[in-house]
Amino acid sequence: MALLSKKDANLILDPLADNNPITIQVLGICSALAITAELKASVVMALSVIFVLGLGNVVISLMRNIIPSKIRIIVQLIVIATLVIIVDQVLKAFAYELSKTLAVFVGLIITNCIIMGRFEAFALGNGPWRSFLDGIGNALGYGVILIIVGFFRELLGSGTLFGYPVLGDPIAKTGLYATGYENNGFMIIPPAALIVVGVIIWVQRSRNRALIEEN
Amino acid sequence: MSDSNNTLKKKLHAIKVRMAGKKMAPAFNAFHTFLFTPNDTTHSGAHVRGADDLKRTMNTVILALIPVLLFSFFNTGYQHFAAIDAANGMPRTLDLFGNFLTWENFWLGFVQVIPLVIVSYAVGLGVEFLFAVIKGHEVEEGYLVTGMLVPLIVPVDTPLWMLAVAVVFGVVIGKEVFGGTGMNILNPALTIRAFLFFAYPTWMSGDKVWVHGAVERAGTPDAISGETILGSLAQNADYSYSTFDMFFGFIPGSVGETSAFLILLGGLFLAFSKIASWRIMLSAVIGSLVMGLIFNGVVDMGWVSESSRFYGLMSFDFWKHLIVGGLAFGIVYMATDPVTGSQTHRGKWIYGFLIGFISVMIRVFNPAYPEGVFLAILLMNVFAPTIDHYVVRANVRKRLKRLKNATILPKAGEGKMEELQAETV
Repeated sequence: MALLSKKDANLILDPLADNNPITIQVLGICSALAITAELKASVVMALSVIFVLGLGNVVISLMRNIIPSKIRIIVQLIVIATLVIIVDQVLKAFAYELSKTLAVFVGLIITNCIIMGRFEAFALGNGPWRSFLDGIGNALGYGVILIIVGFFRELLGSGTLFGYPVLGDPIAKTGLYATGYENNGFMIIPPAALIVVGVIIWVQRSRNRALIEEN
Repeated sequence: MSDSNNTLKKKLHAIKVRMAGKKMAPAFNAFHTFLFTPNDTTHSGAHVRGADDLKRTMNTVILALIPVLLFSFFNTGYQHFAAIDAANGMPRTLDLFGNFLTWENFWLGFVQVIPLVIVSYAVGLGVEFLFAVIKGHEVEEGYLVTGMLVPLIVPVDTPLWMLAVAVVFGVVIGKEVFGGTGMNILNPALTIRAFLFFAYPTWMSGDKVWVHGAVERAGTPDAISGETILGSLAQNADYSYSTFDMFFGFIPGSVGETSAFLILLGGLFLAFSKIASWRIMLSAVIGSLVMGLIFNGVVDMGWVSESSRFYGLMSFDFWKHLIVGGLAFGIVYMATDPVTGSQTHRGKWIYGFLIGFISVMIRVFNPAYPEGVFLAILLMNVFAPTIDHYVVRANVRKRLKRLKNATILPKAGEGKMEELQAETV
């Protein structure tokens, strides 16, 4: 019945929880802080990274035996850059406003440590199918955190989700705002993302004490 | 004490013994030690105990805050009625017994300020109890002072739910995640204020919030002004308060920050009882005066035109920075926090000086934050351990040098000197 063997399934499931790129490996923090003020931007960023990392891992894995190891970083960069440019052009063509919100950060996917990290740690040593699963899994783990952070920041900071006012109208004072509630301006600024990520890390390690590092 | 007290004490102690190790024990112990000194005896280590335990220290600070709190009741009422009179075209002249120390003023201030105090303590201690029960340690006294400081450093009309949210944030993120009382990097009261400032800026800055009633009357025919002196200066506008008003505190501002006179008394009390460091207070005063003098000098040299947006604050007499806004309150009650401040003597001078220096700098250069004191103290909180580190390092190096020049040297070849030097690098 299993679509994937247990070992393969773990490639996708592990990064979602106990080996999460953001909360456990603490990689890719910069973009997690920068673009999570809106849920929509978080989702698009997550999808972009899933595309780049999933496909990139496959490409690197296919080429792994012909890449000279001395220039492998440059080859990896070219692969990432190609994929990122595709994402960037698609966004500019079909979601121009959003691409302006994400601004430089789509381009900066190139420098997202998670991608380079997976190429180096996994795709260079495994076959295309397993590399694909690993890429999708890690990108999903990254995306999940992005979406959780984006959810709380947009809900508490702007009172909206995907741009829809879910708590009422802050200017006309309807819904929750009629009771005196106000948006929390702190959640809009990037340091709030650091604290939300910190709280996620805290909750995760309290639930699974094996994750707490000895020091 | 009477017999009934003794029996109550015995009964409570019996409960304590029975509850030892149970889940709610920390919560019980907190109330127990609040009422009585426990019957515990020291079993190991030094048997000499100082009388000034954490609770005594905290109570001394609260004692120093009581005059400020009482004054804030009267001033809240006075500013409210004075602003209404001014809006009606009848500016008030201060008459201490005629229109300041009145029941009308006291009652209005009491009704406005006491809820802030209650919310601050209830929410903050609630979080402390929750953490103590979950983590199974004793409730620490750390929040006793924070809980009193918080209502004194916010505008009087701060909505209570905002204060509650901020207190939860400040106590959890500012203190508990680091391990509770004594382990925090940032001053919890200032963390709470910083959270309020960035989360709800319309309630923490501007020209309305500083006088009770100005927000709800905004836009109506009864509108009154709630502008502070610093706010006026930041817009190069004039203010109508005399130096006497500023020093004794008959000016609008956060609840407890206005009276430099009472804060000075509190500061002297804390310095003489050795609860707070006089080095930090003095150096912070010097730091703010130096920065103020530099700005005054720049204005005197004619380098800033009157149309510059910094002119109002830059030309403000340097010593007056100390008696308006929260600088005095911050220096006496916040900067001297023994947990978050510098620990070494030389470190305290540097730490305090920079707090005063940076406070005035933020005031002048960032009109969006006419009150930069809390940012300056938080910034220096972060740097305090670094300052201490270098002070200690410098001391080690000095002593090594003395050792090198001493007449009796460790025998060459044994490697003692090299070892010591290696340790300091």
